[in-house]
Amino acid sequence: MSPMADDIRLTTDVLVLGGGPAGAWAAIAAAESGASVVLADKGRVGTSGATAAANTAVIDVAPDGKSCEHVLKRRLDKGLGLVRPDWVERMVDETHSQLGRLAGWGYAFPTDDRGALYRGSLRGPDYMQILRRRAQKLGVKLLDHSPALDLLVGGDEVVGGRGVGRKGGPWQVRAGAVVVATGGCAFMSKALGTYGLTGDGLLMAAEAGAALSGMEFSGQYGISHVAATVTKNLIYDWATFSDESGRTLEGEDIFELLAEHLPRGPVYAIVDKATPSIQEGLRRGQPNIFLPLDRQGVDPFRQRFPVTLRYEGTVRGVGGLAISKNGATSVPGLYAAGDAASREPVVGAVSGGGGPNSTWAIASGVWAGRSAAAHSAKLGAHAHERRAEPARRDGSLEGGAPAPEDVTAWIGVAQSEMFPLERNFTRDEAAMRGSLDRLGAAWRAIRAAGPASHDARLLRRRREAAAMLAAARWIYASALERRETRGIHRRRDYPQLSPGAPARLEARGLDRVAVESAR
Amino acid sequence: MIELISRDRCIKCDACVEACPDNVFDSRPHEIPVIARLEDCQTCFLCELYCPTDALYVSPLRDDRERVDEAALIARGLLGSYRRALGWRGLKASGTEGDLSHRLAEPDGTPHPQ
Ligand SMILES: Cc1cc2nc3c(=O)[nH]c(=O)nc-3n(C[C@H](O)[C@H](O)[C@H](O)COP(=O)(O)OP(=O)(O)OC[C@H]3O[C@@H](n4cnc5c(N)ncnc54)[C@H](O)[C@@H]3O)c2cc1C
Repeated sequence: MSPMADDIRLTTDVLVLGGGPAGAWAAIAAAESGASVVLADKGRVGTSGATAAANTAVIDVAPDGKSCEHVLKRRLDKGLGLVRPDWVERMVDETHSQLGRLAGWGYAFPTDDRGALYRGSLRGPDYMQILRRRAQKLGVKLLDHSPALDLLVGGDEVVGGRGVGRKGGPWQVRAGAVVVATGGCAFMSKALGTYGLTGDGLLMAAEAGAALSGMEFSGQYGISHVAATVTKNLIYDWATFSDESGRTLEGEDIFELLAEHLPRGPVYAIVDKATPSIQEGLRRGQPNIFLPLDRQGVDPFRQRFPVTLRYEGTVRGVGGLAISKNGATSVPGLYAAGDAASREPVVGAVSGGGGPNSTWAIASGVWAGRSAAAHSAKLGAHAHERRAEPARRDGSLEGGAPAPEDVTAWIGVAQSEMFPLERNFTRDEAAMRGSLDRLGAAWRAIRAAGPASHDARLLRRRREAAAMLAAARWIYASALERRETRGIHRRRDYPQLSPGAPARLEARGLDRVAVESAR
Repeated sequence: MIELISRDRCIKCDACVEACPDNVFDSRPHEIPVIARLEDCQTCFLCELYCPTDALYVSPLRDDRERVDEAALIARGLLGSYRRALGWRGLKASGTEGDLSHRLAEPDGTPHPQ
């Protein structure tokens, strides 16, 4: 540990882990309910997470009326039997009223061509800077560059969390309630904004006994220039794809088209169907799309350029911690929001497209923040007298401390099972069983390794490796159980949608992963 | 990946060190920050956006190094180009009122697929 490192110990009503939109809204809602709040982020609140780098479309419709009905119908159609209408309605209502407040905090919404205010798109860096400022104004204590590593539990309750600061100093926060808002898990594919999204919160919550749902709906990839990271799928709606020889590739679903052709050779895109008005809309709405193209001297409207698919896992997928309507997990004192929570009740079997994720991040963040504040208030002064020990069970002293190469190798195992299109875009039983064997072996090795050194980066990476291995196992264990193709869970050996109402699948456990149907 | 911190332009404010979500930079007393962990750079362009003097350049390449020449980048108008495209004033978020994303929405106002 460096001599300059601080040792931070705090007590608070609500501890929020992760400061993307979900965590920021949770912190704001908890503080507005009168709670004291600490918000810890692995990176920096304002620039970290998928929204900050990407920008997001958001569903902004008034609670009643035609557009609300339309949104609901669209979600029900896309969700393939797993969407719960009352959840969608509550989500849309909550977000609609919260979006109105953003303008007051300094977000300048544009007007559309008819002069009406347009709130259906949030520019990531701006939106997140404004949420950061709002949280600070409410007195939320921010711990930037401070990844959480463990939840603290007392009996069956969650009583706080701890982690490590940038310089290697530990931090520990005792709290009345904890909100996990650490985002999804994209396995360090470097798809835009997702590098720090390794499923840490899922692992920490599962160690405390929480269950996950919808993990099989994770065959999710984003389209990017082959050499770059910007996975903004939007422009490809106006694109034509072709192979090396210049032959046009046709298909109804562009992701399926790419997944079919990429293993055979390069695929190119040209954004030749965008009218001048759309071109200007793209340039002036989503400038990040053009960074990799302009900088490589590519004019996407006139030149074709090579594309690839980058894995996004649960980020624009579905699965995460199962929560009830107030954001609570099944573990007392533990709440979840945003991509860390299962979006199954609002998106069903397909997530990306149409803004449901950012809408969910706002609504679920507010619900979790409010509920966590209420839980903490009920505990009163007794909150911080409870016993506290880490929920984690690995890092026992038997093994030697892992070397950086070991950690890199474990991350490599998770990635090589999750990235390949032929394994994970379309799945089959034999391949998944093979993956689960190798993932299980790596999981046992990481569990048996001794404590890491005090090097902040190694501590963080080791936890990330464990979290990715755990997420990969929940994904394939759930995917094995779902013997059908539904949404972004595609089975080569069961290519059809099963008839009848689908069951939800819940996964739990670490050394032994169990998957059960739930209603 | 981040390829340039301009010695001429950098004012040693460490805004990039703070802004980077992946802890790629180290700050140094009285010196310009150093790119200490290039392999952790996820190419999100946010350090560049948070640089008040447009001293940084993020190459769009995820895995490959790109040899960059500061004068050439300036000539191509690339230093600070993301900040200008967004309309940020200094480090302050601004310019969202000029966002034309509504053109990308479907005719009924439903946001377009992501
Ligand atoms: C390219 C792209 C485009 C997208 N476009 C859209 C769109 O148009 N519409 C839409 O609805 N959705 C979109 N999404 C999805 C949307 O960005 C996410 O749903 C949203 O960001 C989720 O918010 P969140 O707060 O849950 O997670 P994130 O924004 O990912 O934030 C998670 C935060 O948790 C932190 N964290 C992680 N681990 C730890 C730890 N151990 N300790 C402390 N902090 C931690 C991270 O640093 C990060 O700040 C897009 C995603 C991508 C990648």
